[in-house]
Amino acid sequence: MLIRRASLLALLFFASSLHAELQIEINQGLDNPTPIAVVPFGWQGLGAAPEDVAQIIDSDLVRSGQFAPVSRRDMLSYPTRETDMYFRDWRAISAEYVLIGQVTLGTQIRIDFQLFDTTRQMAIDSGTVTGPVTELRMLSHRVSDAVYERLTGISGAFATRLLYVSVTRNPDAKDFYRLTLADSDGQRPIVLLEGRDPILSPSWSPDGQEVAYVSFETSRPAIYRQNLRTGAREQLTNFQGLNNSPAWSPDGNTMALVLSKDGNPDIYLLNLTSRALTRLTRHFSIDTEPTWMPDGKSLLFTSDRGGRPQIYRYDLRTKKIERITFEGTFNARARVAQDGRNVALVHQRDGRYHIAVLDLVTDRLTVLTETSLDESPSIAPNGSIVLYATKRGQDSILAAVAVDGGVRFSLPAREGSVQEPAWSPYETP
Amino acid sequence: MTKSTLYAKWISLVFAAFFLAACSGNDTKEAEAEAAAAAAEEQAAQEAAAEEAEQQAQVKAQQGREAAAADVGTVFYFEFDSSSLTDDARAQVDAHIQALLGNNDSVRLEGHTDERGTREYNLALGERRANAVRDYMVANGLPSYRIETISYGEENPVAYGSGESNWQQNRRVELK
Repeated sequence: MLIRRASLLALLFFASSLHAELQIEINQGLDNPTPIAVVPFGWQGLGAAPEDVAQIIDSDLVRSGQFAPVSRRDMLSYPTRETDMYFRDWRAISAEYVLIGQVTLGTQIRIDFQLFDTTRQMAIDSGTVTGPVTELRMLSHRVSDAVYERLTGISGAFATRLLYVSVTRNPDAKDFYRLTLADSDGQRPIVLLEGRDPILSPSWSPDGQEVAYVSFETSRPAIYRQNLRTGAREQLTNFQGLNNSPAWSPDGNTMALVLSKDGNPDIYLLNLTSRALTRLTRHFSIDTEPTWMPDGKSLLFTSDRGGRPQIYRYDLRTKKIERITFEGTFNARARVAQDGRNVALVHQRDGRYHIAVLDLVTDRLTVLTETSLDESPSIAPNGSIVLYATKRGQDSILAAVAVDGGVRFSLPAREGSVQEPAWSPYETP
Repeated sequence: MTKSTLYAKWISLVFAAFFLAACSGNDTKEAEAEAAAAAAEEQAAQEAAAEEAEQQAQVKAQQGREAAAADVGTVFYFEFDSSSLTDDARAQVDAHIQALLGNNDSVRLEGHTDERGTREYNLALGERRANAVRDYMVANGLPSYRIETISYGEENPVAYGSGESNWQQNRRVELK
């Protein structure tokens, strides 16, 4: 109850500026990133602007690894309107694109932006985003999304959020666990649940309004769902044995999960309306880590029914199970991109655990990471980046790699460990 | 002497004899009862002493078994990716079974794994380990309702670092 109230309070003070728990380090970008100048945005309102919008957008674009920032010190002018744009100022410092804009405070806050191509000397995009003042950072990320999509042809995933578990180690007693929600750049962290009992398997509802996770707070594992807006929290399962890996179906009506109440871990479906429980797998081996294909017609899961953990697909219509990974002796915890083609998973090679991507069309498995204790892959809703957890020294950190392997960055915590990232879907308002 | 006096005398004699006999009979019975009571008392005392001694011996034996169980520790270690009890673990669990057969304690078996592999698969592996210990206990006479199993997977490690020296400390079942 206390925990619930705490999270409600946290949600009410959503706007309060908290220090980011995660730092961002770019490890590898593209060889020839596109130079883009994000000019400081104009401000029309009382006092100082609450956020440096241009700085937020600049950091987003740099983090994508596909853009090279232009330092403000190198800019020859700071236009905020098209009439102040002199292309020679930007060609002189080799900026290929220039983003300008202004922020206006009224009953809501509004960002107007314009994107210019300095080679063609013309505006190639413009737009306006509006929302509550408290959401200025998220509105800035939406501008980043627009710019990213205009320049790469791929939807941006900056205006999204991350769920992760942070752990403060305590060698003399129990570790301390926190389930945290933050913007995709690690800013504005909000603690949804905390305590000395383990928290595992955070996952998102398809509309991005709710989360599910496993908590050991009753001294046994149980699955909970929690509404991010209202803070309302509900315990969904409390069976003997394992209760883990909650995975919302794409239509949001069903949750796949793992229970061992009937003797060993099997995959079940929980109808979230009727609460009816259906057993999907029935095998003496370990069946776990269910995840839905985006069309909702089949699920992938990990099973060691063949002797070693491999990924299998369960077809809900035919009830047939087929193995889909054949390379190596350990492939586990699949997550499928929205296009239904790329599957991120944990792949063991020479005793090391890497993040790999399996292309379901070509059946080609590509190992994306070189670190050796990688786990918990989660794919950005635009399908371009895999976020995962890895080890650095004694701590677990979050790291990200582009699906094509070209870009890498890490998000270590300022202190302690961070693990089990879950990238939100695009939120449906 | 008349016939009637003689008769009366005989009767009184008989009576006297009877009375004497009765008196002496009462005395004997009381003495016998006393003796019997004393004997019974002594026997009971002996039995109680024996019982107490037996109980003390049993308590002592149970204390010994519990001490032996405490001696072998409450953490049983496993090989990598295995849920089979090693010979060492089996000997440890045997000691606990002996102690538990002599009391009514309930136990909780907490399964753990090292950090390698995925968290949810490791939850299942930790459960396998806890179940392996439970099944061995049940096979050796401990009722299953006295045993609770739970898996923490790779959560709550004992040793935080990586490498086999740390990992081997984390692949364990803890009896609580």
